[in-house]
Amino acid sequence: MLKKRIIPCLDIKEGRTVKGINFGSIKDAGDPVELAKTYVEHDADELVFLDITATIEERKTLIDLVERIAREINIPFTVGGGINTVQDVDRLIKAGADKISINSSAVKRPNLIKEIAQQYGSQCVVVAIDAKWHQDTWNVFIHGGTTPTPYGVLSWAKQVEQLGAGEILLTSMNQDGTKAGFALELVQQVADEVNIPVIASGGAGVKSHFKDVFEKTGATAALAASIFHYGEVSIPDLKKYLVTHNVAVRTSKPNMI
Amino acid sequence: MIAILKYNAGNIKSVQNALTRLGCSSLITDDRTEILNAEKVIFPGVGEASSAMRYLRERGLDKVISSITQPVLGICLGLQLMCTSSQEGNTTCLGIFDTEVKLFPSTEKVPHMGWNTLLDVQGRLFRNINEHSDVYYVHSYYAEPCAHTVALCDYSISFSAALQKGNFFATQFHPEKSAGVGEMILKNFLEL
Repeated sequence: MLKKRIIPCLDIKEGRTVKGINFGSIKDAGDPVELAKTYVEHDADELVFLDITATIEERKTLIDLVERIAREINIPFTVGGGINTVQDVDRLIKAGADKISINSSAVKRPNLIKEIAQQYGSQCVVVAIDAKWHQDTWNVFIHGGTTPTPYGVLSWAKQVEQLGAGEILLTSMNQDGTKAGFALELVQQVADEVNIPVIASGGAGVKSHFKDVFEKTGATAALAASIFHYGEVSIPDLKKYLVTHNVAVRTSKPNMI
Repeated sequence: MIAILKYNAGNIKSVQNALTRLGCSSLITDDRTEILNAEKVIFPGVGEASSAMRYLRERGLDKVISSITQPVLGICLGLQLMCTSSQEGNTTCLGIFDTEVKLFPSTEKVPHMGWNTLLDVQGRLFRNINEHSDVYYVHSYYAEPCAHTVALCDYSISFSAALQKGNFFATQFHPEKSAGVGEMILKNFLEL
């Protein structure tokens, strides 16, 4: 049976993790590789690294980092942030990223999705959609949720699928950071609209939120950041909880949880 | 020395990284002599079947692969290209495994992406591997179960998770991305 995936997201700036991290056991919580290794031990199913740096010098640091991650990590990982061209993708894939995630650049130039899919395959193209409830409908926003676009979320999701996206990372900007739960209706609508996997993001606060999103929507994965980094929810604990609630998840070390 | 076949497919570096983590040196190459002289050969790949086969044929690598007598491990697209044909781009493949590659029905989300369970595992590739271990998949096409199937997986239908015929081994999943279970499978291959 295909398992539901739990995906921690790490924000990266100048090659270091950004948000405060609270892992007692870890030597250097600012080192994305150390943190990633801890998450692998904790049975994370995939990792997402989101680069929030701006300058070209810092982008070079990202490539070095991706090479280090690829050498050390034995689960799939996605890299996103600042990807505007097929050349950007080429550098990241050659450095060892399994998938890349694009957001604003896909909205500005939808054909970028097609170009990447044709060259590297749909399996490596994750399109991140930032959704915001705006004027009585779910709209696509870009630039970290600050800029509205003419796209409705459902029609944009369908379009990115048709252009060759292999997966959608759907974040509800209304829920993001609230810890009040995922936007279940939104996730359900998008998962019903497309036939590619949908990763739900934004709003996870407690374990039951993950159960809800897997039980009530067609999401095949759920992503969160701070609740994992701060240790508010531990992944082994979350997976144990999901198993007892009949949600199929991967547990590689059932006796060690 | 392990030869990793170089062709127009992604994911090759990941395989090399995984071998390095296991303390094994490898060479990414499309040179006939280097491939045929290697201790073992890995035929990796994520990509599109018809363009990959065309690339292999143009360089004579199709014949090289079929003539290898050392252990060979095909991964993902590598497995599919070792079958008789693929619906992807209506492609005639290498014909090592006597089975066809088909597109998943759209009753489930496609691609089949994520961790899924190994069933009915047999043979040396799965030594020390518990049945029901999860491994990582990402693919839209699958090989139908056949006489060479040595592991199964269910995703709307039952398909070949792994195949073996003589010295030719192949996995539809990515051992190099399947955490500890994947490392054990790669180790089993390296120890053949």
